[in-house]
Amino acid sequence: MTRKQRRLVLIGGSIGVLGLAIGLVLNALSGSIVFFNSPSDIKEKHIAVGTRIRVGGLVKDGSVQRGDNLRIRFDVTDGKNDVAVRFQGIVPDLFREGQGVVAEGKMEPGGILDADTVLAKHDERYMPKEVVDALKKSGRWEESEGKVAGGKTQ
Amino acid sequence: MIPELGHYALVLALALGLIQSVAPIVGAKTGDGALMRLATSTAIAQFLLVGFSFLALVICYVTSDFSVATVFENSNSQMPFIYKVSSVWGNHEGSMLLWVLILSLFGGLVALFGNNLPATLKANVLAVQSWIAATFYLFILLTSNPFLRLPQAPMEGRDLNPILQDPGLAVHPPLLYLGYVGFSIAFSFAIAALIEGRIDAAWARWVRPWTLMAWMCLTLGIAGGSYWAYYTLGWGGFWFWDPVENASLMPWLAGTALLHSAVVMEKRNALKIWTVLLAILTFSLSLIGTFLVRSGVLTSVHSFANDPRRGIFILGILMLFIGGGLSLFAWRASTLKQGGLFAPISREGSLVFNNLFLTTACLTVLVGTLYPLALEAVTGEKISVGGPFFNLTFGPLFIALMFAMPFGPLLAWKRGDLLGVAQRLMAAFAVGLVAIAAAFAIKGGASVLAPFGVGLAFYVMMGAIIDLVERTGLMRLPMATVWTRASGLPRSAWGTAIAHFGIAVTLLGIIGAAAWGTERIVSIRPSDTVSLSGYDLTFDGIFEQSGPNYNAQVAKFTVREGGVALGQMEPQKRNFSARETSTNEAALMTRGVGQLYLSLGDANKDGSIAIRLYYKPLVMLIWLGGVIMMLGGALSLSDRRLRVGAPKPAAKAALQPAE
Repeated sequence: MTRKQRRLVLIGGSIGVLGLAIGLVLNALSGSIVFFNSPSDIKEKHIAVGTRIRVGGLVKDGSVQRGDNLRIRFDVTDGKNDVAVRFQGIVPDLFREGQGVVAEGKMEPGGILDADTVLAKHDERYMPKEVVDALKKSGRWEESEGKVAGGKTQ
Repeated sequence: MIPELGHYALVLALALGLIQSVAPIVGAKTGDGALMRLATSTAIAQFLLVGFSFLALVICYVTSDFSVATVFENSNSQMPFIYKVSSVWGNHEGSMLLWVLILSLFGGLVALFGNNLPATLKANVLAVQSWIAATFYLFILLTSNPFLRLPQAPMEGRDLNPILQDPGLAVHPPLLYLGYVGFSIAFSFAIAALIEGRIDAAWARWVRPWTLMAWMCLTLGIAGGSYWAYYTLGWGGFWFWDPVENASLMPWLAGTALLHSAVVMEKRNALKIWTVLLAILTFSLSLIGTFLVRSGVLTSVHSFANDPRRGIFILGILMLFIGGGLSLFAWRASTLKQGGLFAPISREGSLVFNNLFLTTACLTVLVGTLYPLALEAVTGEKISVGGPFFNLTFGPLFIALMFAMPFGPLLAWKRGDLLGVAQRLMAAFAVGLVAIAAAFAIKGGASVLAPFGVGLAFYVMMGAIIDLVERTGLMRLPMATVWTRASGLPRSAWGTAIAHFGIAVTLLGIIGAAAWGTERIVSIRPSDTVSLSGYDLTFDGIFEQSGPNYNAQVAKFTVREGGVALGQMEPQKRNFSARETSTNEAALMTRGVGQLYLSLGDANKDGSIAIRLYYKPLVMLIWLGGVIMMLGGALSLSDRRLRVGAPKPAAKAALQPAE
């Protein structure tokens, strides 16, 4: 093979792999990403049953009901609208009424979110960024309430 | 007084950094030896000054000097000594100081041990290193000064974020930074080569040990961080595809590619331009990682505080070095001479394959990390890209790479025989197939794909062993010959085989824990028993315990297997009064290479408590594989070849007067 042909093989191979990667990325982006919504968004958008979404806001005061086998129900509110969330498992340490929370799961008929993940803040400075944004959108966030520091936790 | 001295030392380091940024380059251009040699002294002096500055900050923390703002914010007089020290870098300002400390350390090491480098190359490398250092000193002094005083010293500090009060903080960030920042040397060498317009195989030989050292630290740092997250976050996950983790994975992938392409350049004088580009890209990804973590665009436990000025400053640094580096590359790369030829099927070809897949895999991680940020900036739509995305993109690419991995070391340079190699790998294929069949036979496998993953892991492990068997002639030659061949084999060959074995061990651990792991989440009362995978755990009750700066609720469990008591597991919840926060400490019990994992949820009024119990078979292999990879790197680093050209100490010693 001449130098030119070898280079062609190399470039052809690179383009092939890159094309494969682009295909994989596009395929994954269409199927496996999860959109974030505030309770008001959910009300406006009419999200189809079975769609995976994230919802963020505050745990509404007086809405937490605990059942058997670690079942829990609560409402997530952004001050204007609420979304009911159902979850089975252990909620994070700092999951409390009136505190910021992010829940991820599938929408069920009747507008209930069947969550498989519940995230909450894990120190006194942390409020999930998505929650802050949702509250800002509905006008319930005051800058003086606190800084947004951070944390990954479940 | 001490904080002021530390601050002053940093200002001095900046001044020296600015001198070192210019003088050596001028010296190299004009052939002025004195100006070039200046870089050696200033680089060592920079390290001493930054080291002094860092020590000053450590003293402030250890003596709990709360008149210093960062000490007040992040420390507490009640904390154990080790956390007082590690909280130095448990915040934005201190961690940036650690960053520049390591940067100046590497500069100092090149100055000290770079005597065998050509004078102009050494001068240019140190100058480029100093550009980076000076910008980061400036960044610290202007936006993140750790020595700022409070007008009135408070009596007690606010304490370190409890989640960071863990031995992990003492180890993980320094190792990770050694890796991140270590790649700056490869970057400096690349830029220096572009400035000189000259590059040869010797260049690769100088760059490789530094890259290898950085890569080893990064490997260990990532593995350590993963283990820390695993035992501290309380739900048994070891990798979350969190943007902050991706930020460390990307330089690792690019750095791994760089290690491999540098081999081609060193041995065959080919792939020069690509290697230089890769060196620039690897450090660029380290900078992007620093930007993502430090600028506050992401919220995570790693981003300690948000200050928009910092983000913009780091973004500026990012553009300067990535943009500048790539522009210089575009301008000067054509001056670098092309090297040796090779057929597509050859050792070189296999290393190109490795590079192609590693960089493409790195690209998919980059897309998955930046796409949500870009989308939010453009459309305001918020999305989360998590495990499923990366499993579908990164996964297939990495599987292809792993499959090809055993072929590489067995192929000959220049022109290889694919069929011959496949024949020699027959034993590996056989082992892989047996492993697949065995994995299918084991009950409880959750995923259909998992047995194939197990097969792949065993195939790669066997491939690494075959590589060594072939090289030493084991089974073919008499033992004595095998022994001489084994001891004569370059250590880098051992290193390659061991590192390849290590990644397969990690893969096996990931699959074992993910596919054969079991879990139970239940609410349990005292003296109740819960069973999982043959283990019975009896809840003995909850006890109070007090630590140095927290109070803990300890739940005691007795673990039995088939009626035989194995011991106690004591997960706890710690309440930290200074921050009114609690942390969850999971209890681990190691059984072989598997682990029982127990963490606590909420206690109920009726005396019951929610628990998560996991059994994760093979889970320890994930981190053990990381350690094996690191050891492979260390062995390779000790190879004679990488020290060729080093001054011979014996000859030198003879000239020195006896003391």
